[in-house]
Amino acid sequence: MTDAAPMRPGGAMVEFSGVGLRYGPDAEVLSDISFNLQPGSFYFLTGASGAGKTSLLKMLYLAQRPSRGIVRLFGEDLVAMPRHRLPGFRRRIGVVFQDFRLIPHLSARDNIALPLRIAGVGEADLAGPVGEMLSWIGLGERADAFPPTLSGGEQQRVAIARAVIARPQLLVADEPTGNVDPDMAMRLLGLFEALNRLGTTVVVATHDIHLISRIENAQMMRLEKGRLSDPTGALRYPPNRA
Amino acid sequence: MLIPRVPVQHRRLLPDRRLSGPTPWIVAILMMLTLLAAAAGVGLARAANAIGDAIAGRVTVQIVTANPMTRAAQAAALRRAADTAPFVRSARTVEREELQAMLGQWFGSAEGDDPLLRSLPLPALVDIDFVGGDRAGAMAALEALVAREAPGARIIPHAEWLGPVARLIRSLAWIAAGLVLLMTLASAAVVIMTARAALGTHYATIEMLHLIGATDRQIARLFQRRIAIDTAYGIALGSLVAAAILLLVGWQWSGVTAGLAATASLGPVGWALLLALPLLAIALAALTARQTLLAALKKML
Repeated sequence: MTDAAPMRPGGAMVEFSGVGLRYGPDAEVLSDISFNLQPGSFYFLTGASGAGKTSLLKMLYLAQRPSRGIVRLFGEDLVAMPRHRLPGFRRRIGVVFQDFRLIPHLSARDNIALPLRIAGVGEADLAGPVGEMLSWIGLGERADAFPPTLSGGEQQRVAIARAVIARPQLLVADEPTGNVDPDMAMRLLGLFEALNRLGTTVVVATHDIHLISRIENAQMMRLEKGRLSDPTGALRYPPNRA
Repeated sequence: MLIPRVPVQHRRLLPDRRLSGPTPWIVAILMMLTLLAAAAGVGLARAANAIGDAIAGRVTVQIVTANPMTRAAQAAALRRAADTAPFVRSARTVEREELQAMLGQWFGSAEGDDPLLRSLPLPALVDIDFVGGDRAGAMAALEALVAREAPGARIIPHAEWLGPVARLIRSLAWIAAGLVLLMTLASAAVVIMTARAALGTHYATIEMLHLIGATDRQIARLFQRRIAIDTAYGIALGSLVAAAILLLVGWQWSGVTAGLAATASLGPVGWALLLALPLLAIALAALTARQTLLAALKKML
């Protein structure tokens, strides 16, 4: 197993330069996307439906390669990276999907434990972190429940717990509050903020403009018709947070 | 490892229900037919070899001299000379009563005591088995011996009239081998279809596992194990049924002691092959499933 190399100090965690993406022979859904994401930062990705948010996130969590341009993640070029090296990088990224994507025949506990098991963590070392995570998301009593028996908010929390249990360096969330009530949305955002304080870089795609004002120092990326709007240049040339 | 080891917690990534539905039953039927075809092939091949060995070095000398006294004397002289010849393993005079009994089956007189039969001028026959090795040299030496002891007698190699039967049996054995090959390919095709169907059914789970960092090998092992177990069940069932049929046929065959049928048997090598076939089938299924799964997973990012 070839794991990803450590990122060089002071480097951007994610670098997109002139990235374009097209599906098949159709026109590009994303064009000339360039930005840098700094370690430990918090970003919101906004834009109208169909603007390309999910496509951009897919490239971030390595479910899609760009059609053109340069994508560097953790200091390594992902466009030319051989396929067998991708799992090592994916283990450093946590993903919260809009539709949760929990495995329905696994309990909440097993869904949350999945990234650690895939990474080869032994059963004896799993119980502690998984138990803590279940308590953290307030589902300690429902650890053995299966996803179809959980509410939407509970499923969302399990999905978030699964995304963060392996302490990813980058957390990508696609409309994580789209299926929950405003109270739950704020609680989930609180979870992301807590993770960010622990050093995780967070990227949240959302329609909800009210969420953005809740996170201090969060930066915003806005997609319009497949192009990234960055009038201040803060994404391409971000301020030094050191 | 025919069935890969997968931690119990990882096995739960696939639902408990069988992946492949009818796969074990189809594999069971194919395995049973494969074993029966293999058994038939081995039995026929051994029979063909036995016949070939028997007829390759055997001739019958037919003495047709008109005078019965001379005919008997020539037969006896030839038999004595052949007994001492270095190229002859054994020589036997076919008794007149034996010939009459054989002909009696066509004349409607099983005992051969038909007056008409007794009045027939039957030739004197001497069966001769050569020692192994130089058959052409033995034949030339026999021709010289016959010319000296029984001038005018005909030498009839058994290969002339039994050869086509041996070739037919050998052809049937090859056909059985072809059937074994075809059914093996059909079994592999069933495994390939099962693996692809499993990947389609569980695409969402596989995609999720990829995205959280699972390697192709980790995912393939899950499916490979399940498919190998499914096919192993089918192979075991098919093998049991085939074994029962073979034992039944073998029990009935044991009563056959004469003629060509008596030469057909499996022998230790044949039984070893039949025992090895199910294990080879499980290995083939596991290997086919693994290659199919890895090839399909490589098409995903």
